[in-house]
Amino acid sequence: MQGKPDQRNARGLTTALAGVAVLLAPLGCAKQVQEIKVGEYSSLTGDKATFGISTHNGIQMALDELNAAGGIGGVQVRLITEDDQGKPEEAATAVQKLVSQDQVVAVLGEVASSNSLQGAPICQKNGVPMITPASTNEKVTQQGDYIFRVCFIDPFQGTVMAKFAAQSLNLKRVGILRDARSDYSIGLANSFKETFASLGGEISGDEAYQQGDVDFKGPLTALIATGPEALFVPGYYTEVGLIARQVRELGFTGPLLGGDGWDSPKLVEIGGEAMNGHYFSNHYTEQDPSPVIQGFIQKYKAKYNQVPDAMGALSYDAARVLFAALQQVQAASPEEWKGLLATGAAKPEARRAAMAALRDRIAATSSFPGVTGAITLDEQRNARKPAVVLSIKEGKYAFVEQIAP
Amino acid sequence: MSELAPERFLPLPTRLLRFGLGLAVIVLLQQFVLPGINPYFARILILAEINVILAVSLNLINGFAGQFSLGHAGFMAIGGYVSAAFAVSAGPAVLAVLGASPEAPGPAPSFIVLCLGLILGALVAAITGLLIGIPTLRLKGDYLAIATLGFGEIIRVVIQNTEAVGGARGFINIPTYAGFFAVTLFMVLTLAVHWNLVHSRHGRALLAVREDEIAAEAMGVPTTRYKVLAFSIGAAFAGVGGSLFAHYNGGLHPNTFTFLKSIEVVIMVVLGGMGSITGSILAALLLTAMPELLRPIKEYRMVIYSLLLIVLMITRPQGIFGLGEFDPARLLWWRRARGAR
Repeated sequence: MQGKPDQRNARGLTTALAGVAVLLAPLGCAKQVQEIKVGEYSSLTGDKATFGISTHNGIQMALDELNAAGGIGGVQVRLITEDDQGKPEEAATAVQKLVSQDQVVAVLGEVASSNSLQGAPICQKNGVPMITPASTNEKVTQQGDYIFRVCFIDPFQGTVMAKFAAQSLNLKRVGILRDARSDYSIGLANSFKETFASLGGEISGDEAYQQGDVDFKGPLTALIATGPEALFVPGYYTEVGLIARQVRELGFTGPLLGGDGWDSPKLVEIGGEAMNGHYFSNHYTEQDPSPVIQGFIQKYKAKYNQVPDAMGALSYDAARVLFAALQQVQAASPEEWKGLLATGAAKPEARRAAMAALRDRIAATSSFPGVTGAITLDEQRNARKPAVVLSIKEGKYAFVEQIAP
Repeated sequence: MSELAPERFLPLPTRLLRFGLGLAVIVLLQQFVLPGINPYFARILILAEINVILAVSLNLINGFAGQFSLGHAGFMAIGGYVSAAFAVSAGPAVLAVLGASPEAPGPAPSFIVLCLGLILGALVAAITGLLIGIPTLRLKGDYLAIATLGFGEIIRVVIQNTEAVGGARGFINIPTYAGFFAVTLFMVLTLAVHWNLVHSRHGRALLAVREDEIAAEAMGVPTTRYKVLAFSIGAAFAGVGGSLFAHYNGGLHPNTFTFLKSIEVVIMVVLGGMGSITGSILAALLLTAMPELLRPIKEYRMVIYSLLLIVLMITRPQGIFGLGEFDPARLLWWRRARGAR
């Protein structure tokens, strides 16, 4: 046991551990400054890192603006960001850390619904409000009354496109081609069907395909035979690109309509020429001429040297909805505000009551002027807000109009 | 290995006493220590315990039997999804028979449901291990690794496309029946089974297969049977780990069980020492805690984490404990002195 190699190894190990200790040391110091702690969990590394980084940028920008303007009642807001590597179980661990170790008063995140679904129950259990910027799956906010979102839910886009088809394009007969294997597609197709019928339109036919199919001529021929003016295809870009090619080959000249599942540079790559003249709904577009959006884009570009995508805009809104609610708590009730400032195990009841008050303030959010439209939270804690409709021209997206709920 | 002779033929009362004492310690920890611990640390501790189960069971396949498997995440997923599906579909009926309400079952009824689901999950995982093992264990080295890797991916894709267990969206709202008590109890059971197995006649046979298959065959060891045995037992305990994870985490997602999860467990086994149970325990604890300890350095934590792995592997290529086991008593001066005498 006293051999030389062992000693050398032990020394190597000690050096390595000491190195880590030195790295960690400065971060361990506790600050005594009064501050409000807000948590964020995002996929800053891993295969969904582009989403996570955009989200973080949006939140950071909202935070810097707030703190530069003096914070909330003179108190600075501190953001604690945890990486979840885009993994569901890591998301749960990250949220657990934010909630019980850092004792944040609210949590922002995640983009992917599957990760939000893992973090939400922990926030709910501990009475910490959570706002997800971009998780559109209905089940996320059904996890409990502390879970909110600032984006619309999947079926809403079906409603939007039905309104667009009936009122803006003046269509009377539309066929539906849905992806039978995707919750998302089924949700959009059903709400489209309902709204379009209520607006006096007629669904000429309703056919289905399965994710991964490459030949759609069967269902397309059946649909075209019913004489539709347009087709609603709420699928993902991979299949939609192929569908667009094949529908033109079959001689159909009307437009295709779809949802945010279309939003990918790959769409035009796959569909090519055949993609021109179609419409789809999305959360936001940088081409929207409204001054709010253009102002945001300029600020974002100045800070990060890139055009913000939908995630950056949605997370900016999520953070600002939270900050507005915090400001209201501070203005309305000094006692609850003190509860939010208190950290440590000093007054857990006061803290919990204060977070419940914060929850109520978030729930009351109404007509909040967000970059992605006016945000109103409904009883299901989902955002009621406008969607934008884009058209595809010469392989590029063009803003058509904004449609309110 | 040889210095640690298994303590055999202990009288039954002594064994029961030890078991009871161990159980009492876990209950006391659960009742009095755990409520005082930050839930975040408790979560890391419980996840580390689950990783111990996974690492030790993979060590049986990779370390003791010498068969390089990369499919552990697949078996874990089977155990997790089967027992979660059981708790969600049959759980309320079982609770009704036990006279407990499905909304708020007491600790005992929920523990019974957990055990039933866990046994079922482990069984299904073991049977799958058997079915996979019989054809693939004819392969050696790299070929076996690739075959098991493929198997793990198949499991994940099948789950992803099974709507009944949530499909690609993930299985959510699984009742959280497994806490510190259940996870610790099953970890100790796993360790006991593996420790006794590798120190038994069958364990020696496994070592013989690992060291030299032809020689073992010549000595009359049925090598295929032992390889399949180790593979199935390892798979069963991966299933145990998976079902504890499902019932602790409260949700499952197919993306948790990619081949990266298998690699993670392989790293624990290799780092701890192939063929060292105590090594696997230490490595599992270390590798679960390390990414959390490194959180303050943000995006660079995975870089540092990987760097530490490289440093460890360069300084100790045979793993922390190599082939041997760590005996805490050896740290004590008197024991060392006595050993030297």
